[in-house]
Amino acid sequence: MTIQTDVETAVLPAERAARAATRFGEKVRVDDEGAWVVEAASLPEVARALRDDFALDYLINLTCVDWPDRFETVYHMASIQGGPPLCLKVAADKAKPIVPSLTGVFAGADFQEREVYDMFGVRFAGHPNLRRILMWEGFAGYPLRKDWREAYYEDDNKPLKSRWPEGDFFFGEDKIADWDDNIKYPSGYQAEGVESSRADDNIVVLDADELHRAPSGSERLIVNMGPQHPSTHGVFQMRLTLDGETVVDLQPVMGYMHRNHEKIGERNLWLGNMPFTDRLDYLAQLGNEWGYALTVEKLMGLEVPERAEYIRVILAELNRIQSHFWSITFLLNDIGAFFTPMMYAIEERELILDLFEMATGSRLMCNYMRFGGLAYDLPEEFLTMAQTLVDDRLERAIDEMDAYLSGNEIVLERMQGVGVLPPDMAINFSTSGPVLRASGVPYDVRRAEPYGVYDRFDWDVVTRPEGDVFARYMVRVGEMRQSLRILKQALRDLPGGEIMGGKKAWQIRVPAGQAYGRVENPRGELGFYCVSDGKANPYRYHVKSPCFVNLTALAEMTKGHKVADTVAILGSIDIVLGEVDR
Amino acid sequence: MAVMNPEANRGILQPQAILTPEQLAAGRTGESGIVVTSLEKAVGWARTRSMWPALFGLACCAIEMMHTQTARTDMSRYGMELMRASPRQSDLIIVAGRLSRKMAPVIRKIYDQMPEPKWVISMGDCASCGGVFNNYALVQGCDEVIPVDVYVAGCPPRPEALMHGILKLHEKVRAEGIDGWNDRGGGFGITVG
Repeated sequence: MTIQTDVETAVLPAERAARAATRFGEKVRVDDEGAWVVEAASLPEVARALRDDFALDYLINLTCVDWPDRFETVYHMASIQGGPPLCLKVAADKAKPIVPSLTGVFAGADFQEREVYDMFGVRFAGHPNLRRILMWEGFAGYPLRKDWREAYYEDDNKPLKSRWPEGDFFFGEDKIADWDDNIKYPSGYQAEGVESSRADDNIVVLDADELHRAPSGSERLIVNMGPQHPSTHGVFQMRLTLDGETVVDLQPVMGYMHRNHEKIGERNLWLGNMPFTDRLDYLAQLGNEWGYALTVEKLMGLEVPERAEYIRVILAELNRIQSHFWSITFLLNDIGAFFTPMMYAIEERELILDLFEMATGSRLMCNYMRFGGLAYDLPEEFLTMAQTLVDDRLERAIDEMDAYLSGNEIVLERMQGVGVLPPDMAINFSTSGPVLRASGVPYDVRRAEPYGVYDRFDWDVVTRPEGDVFARYMVRVGEMRQSLRILKQALRDLPGGEIMGGKKAWQIRVPAGQAYGRVENPRGELGFYCVSDGKANPYRYHVKSPCFVNLTALAEMTKGHKVADTVAILGSIDIVLGEVDR
Repeated sequence: MAVMNPEANRGILQPQAILTPEQLAAGRTGESGIVVTSLEKAVGWARTRSMWPALFGLACCAIEMMHTQTARTDMSRYGMELMRASPRQSDLIIVAGRLSRKMAPVIRKIYDQMPEPKWVISMGDCASCGGVFNNYALVQGCDEVIPVDVYVAGCPPRPEALMHGILKLHEKVRAEGIDGWNDRGGGFGITVG
């Protein structure tokens, strides 16, 4: 499979509209932003036809918008050959929202539909396992609906009036004494003697038949791994059903770090979201910021000065290297090389964080990018230090790690042939990033839909055909080398000039509309879907998290392996819980 | 709050050698083999020199916590290099990151499983007071669930700041005597950072 940037299959909007008219007739209407508005009942049919006949075989995003008169589920489908995505919209009734599930067409829709159900209460007919995913079972209410009220704030949106200079300062909690808006009790509810419904979440009720003796003769066993477990890379739980030591089934349980980033984002001012994006995937801060800046720039139609684009590339690629250092050594942690490889890798990571601190003022939470450019220019010493690091130190560190680890007997034994994900399945599960590329699919957003100035550099998309844990490891090693290649060119070509485009203003105006922007983060394709209604806050702010979607494939990869392999497979997906749970 | 003794930081095990005049004359002060101190000081010294933290990271702060263990700040100087994956083997829990309502019962359970004496450092703004996240999903400070000894401010705190917090905790542990860890004086911890 080859990637073409000028793809024939990526159909132009006008042509698409014409073909839609002939093929789907009444079922599809093209709205003025180029999105297809599909009738609810014919959604699976249209999606299947798009996948099979129009080569839009890759579902990259699925979310929902709560409009005053309807719920609108939004799907972004792209071609695995590259090109911009097509947006599909389905309207659902406000009182009783039901939309057909896409899980039969794209397996990757599974968790994303559950998330929409959890946050909006939209039911997906035909979904095999429609339960809450981020909140616990028994939680009342749907937080991302517009009628959800927070007890803490006097206004729904910032800026809060009481915080203006002439306003009286007070705490929202003091004013809003009753919590009735947020809590709905079932009829006949008695507060006394009620056990917390939360307890149900930790008990899996199984059929007696299911617990009967497995073919091997042993009894099935359920093991909860996490949420506090050294192998889960944070607060993540895996519910394993075991036959002996073989994994029969795996259910990921998440939401232990859920803080509803999206709801906070809809309350904040547009620019006020920038520091919050740092806290999504805290190993890829600058990539997150770039993704958000890119999306809002799309909405505002802003041009970014060349120097700012180059600086973004430099920082994002440094970010990728430090993130891959971290994830590779954590994978080794998981297979038993506890902490020693990390000690080595963090040496280089510290140096890169020093560079971040030099450029942005903070090691982790950079808050550096702005709509249309950057907050401030690089200091002079940055370039010399970055040059030394790139030319000398990083290359050596990567080679050293590669030499010590890639041929190691134990590493090979534990990684090769474990957790194999075939390419067709990887695409169907909507995986992205190193997980997808390790299955032999050369899909990288930097190539598929180039953003910034990535089309100017000479670099390769790293792939491996095997699709196992070792392939994912090798893809990460290869990507670090490619990042170094890009860095060398970017540092060489870095032009002078402005770092901020557009008109200077205290408050930005984002015109009404919607945009989906995506960047290639170290963990895969990070997407932001923003809807503006022309006001000071985003009307809808959705983050498509690559880790969250990649986890959909976890159960498929683990089945048939041993418990110890589960740890290695999870490590190879490389999740960051800040982004999974949002 | 436990009374902080400024003197507690130095001279914990000051050798008060009991020497014969002959030994003194011979200059063989090191051979007496006797060190006199109070039991409280000895216990405090032992506790601070092998305080094993639980391997417990929640969010962004966990990254900086792991950086604290590595070469640059090197927590192992204080006998803390072993992050115990089991709460049953740990003395200290560093709550590193935002604590959601879904996670709150879990952290309480982990805390209850830790053997006494045990201490808690609340690392970062989210764990200390909710930080920038204030809505239905988050506990506004982990001290709603478990008692906290030291709060480290920052979002996230630098490794140096966490180190400062750990040293403050050591100071406190040495000053609080044998059973003082249990008395958190109405739940007010020390704030650093």
